[in-house]
Amino acid sequence: MNMPLAKSVISAGVRSAPPAPVAAKVLPLPVKQKAMNTRAYETLGNMAATVVPPVVMVLLLLTVWQVLCMRPGATLPPPSKIWTEAYDLIVDPFFVAGPQDIGLGWRVLVSLERVAIGYGLAAVFGIALGTLVGQSVWAMRGLDPIFQVLRTISPLAWLPISLAAFRDSQPSAIFVIFITSVWPIIINTAVGIRNIPQDYRNVAAVLRLNPLEFFWKIMIPSAAPYIFTGLRIGIGLSWLAIVAAEMLTGGVGIGFFIWDAWNSSRLPDIFIALAYIGIVGFILDRIVAGLASVVTRGTAAN
Amino acid sequence: MTAYCRIDHVDKTYKRGTTETCVLKEITLDIEKGEYVSIIGHSGCGKSTLLNIVAGLTPATNGGVILEGREVNDPGPDRAVVFQNHSLLPWLTVYDNVRLAVDKVCSATKSRAERHAWTVHNLDLVQMTHAKDKRPSEISGGMKQRVGLARALSMEPKVLLLDEPFGALDALTRAHLQDTVMGLHQKLGNTVMMITHDVDEAVLLSDRIIMMTNGPAAQIGEILPVPLARPRKRLELVADATFLKCRQRVLEFLYERHQFVEAA
Repeated sequence: MNMPLAKSVISAGVRSAPPAPVAAKVLPLPVKQKAMNTRAYETLGNMAATVVPPVVMVLLLLTVWQVLCMRPGATLPPPSKIWTEAYDLIVDPFFVAGPQDIGLGWRVLVSLERVAIGYGLAAVFGIALGTLVGQSVWAMRGLDPIFQVLRTISPLAWLPISLAAFRDSQPSAIFVIFITSVWPIIINTAVGIRNIPQDYRNVAAVLRLNPLEFFWKIMIPSAAPYIFTGLRIGIGLSWLAIVAAEMLTGGVGIGFFIWDAWNSSRLPDIFIALAYIGIVGFILDRIVAGLASVVTRGTAAN
Repeated sequence: MTAYCRIDHVDKTYKRGTTETCVLKEITLDIEKGEYVSIIGHSGCGKSTLLNIVAGLTPATNGGVILEGREVNDPGPDRAVVFQNHSLLPWLTVYDNVRLAVDKVCSATKSRAERHAWTVHNLDLVQMTHAKDKRPSEISGGMKQRVGLARALSMEPKVLLLDEPFGALDALTRAHLQDTVMGLHQKLGNTVMMITHDVDEAVLLSDRIIMMTNGPAAQIGEILPVPLARPRKRLELVADATFLKCRQRVLEFLYERHQFVEAA
């Protein structure tokens, strides 16, 4: 990293010196260019190694799909048809052509907003409750069986109850997200808290940390790997649940778009929406995983 | 005149269901200020339990610990512990591990700048300033123990408790660290109570060696004063008559009179 930087500094210095002869200006340039090129080739090579295999596989799958769905009487559209019919959705995620005729990017953002609120609440409640359950034997005995039963309930089964309680689709969808993603966060946090080594508790005892200091300085960092496992499962589940919830509650989100497309027989649009959901879900997972590796740096290494 | 630190008629029994196991029986020991006391015994004789009772991490069934005329029941920084397995917090750097203790213990008495200086000073004492920004996973076992020692020293404990601090180290690192501890004891005049199962280590470092009988219901079998002048030099002591005699006494106690029985 330092090499080209140093070179460019030198060459810049040479160039900015006003009385320097013309030849001195020309000389350093080809050297710099060459170094840049080799570096660029290396990076390109590395990128190709990670990018090319999945691209090849995708192309292969698309070809198989194309071949299978091209024959007359096929129930699903082939990729070529999707490309031509859903062209506007593919090329511009952020167009606005009317109240219900907007790009998928906007719809995803609306869904993401719901997920952000529901999942954010789930993270806060989940970590707090998980800490309580992990810390107190009685809280665990009382609450753990309830959690174990409640967590098996399908997200959509909660929807009628939340609709009845909130009498509005927006908070109901958010509640479904919350109730779906909160369980893995609670359970993993509780396991993490329960697994805090006695050594760390001894250190805290000798230092006479108060409960708040113990929570921030020992519990959270020590349980962080577990908590992040819960958070990662939770974000996946909430992204699964939002699509289903939006199908039923309506509105602007990506889930309702699929339902709407199905009702108006726009099959190609559904495929595009599926691709969006998959990619956004993948990105969400990567974000939480990346956050985890930054926050738990050091903890996992021991 | 009462002792600086007195372990007074301490019993410890563990109850599991209806069966009671007596680990320690009638332990009474006085430790003077500035004294270096080692507790030696076979594994399972309850010596670590005794240290935990003094630290306040384990409650005694009967009896208690009196430090400077006051009974102590809870753990606290006046009885800082260097744990056998270092117990550094892996998510904090070397500096932050010590700083956590300094911030907690000296928050009322020292300013921010003074706390920083005090942290660095204690890392200097154990020659670990060079690695202050490393994490525990990036330094060797001996270095971790040094940091653990710096953390304990930074609390300026009335009694420094060492729980087999060198047990997990190789012989050379152990010798090096023993010299460090000996130097620091000489320099700072700490009162130290050390658990060990290494005879040479006990004789080299201690003013008195407390020999424990085998459990269950372990007692103090014998107390051996080590009348060697300080500072002590490892190499000179190898052939020293007093050193050899003390060593002989401890070995006889451990391997003739109180042989280790696996059945316990």
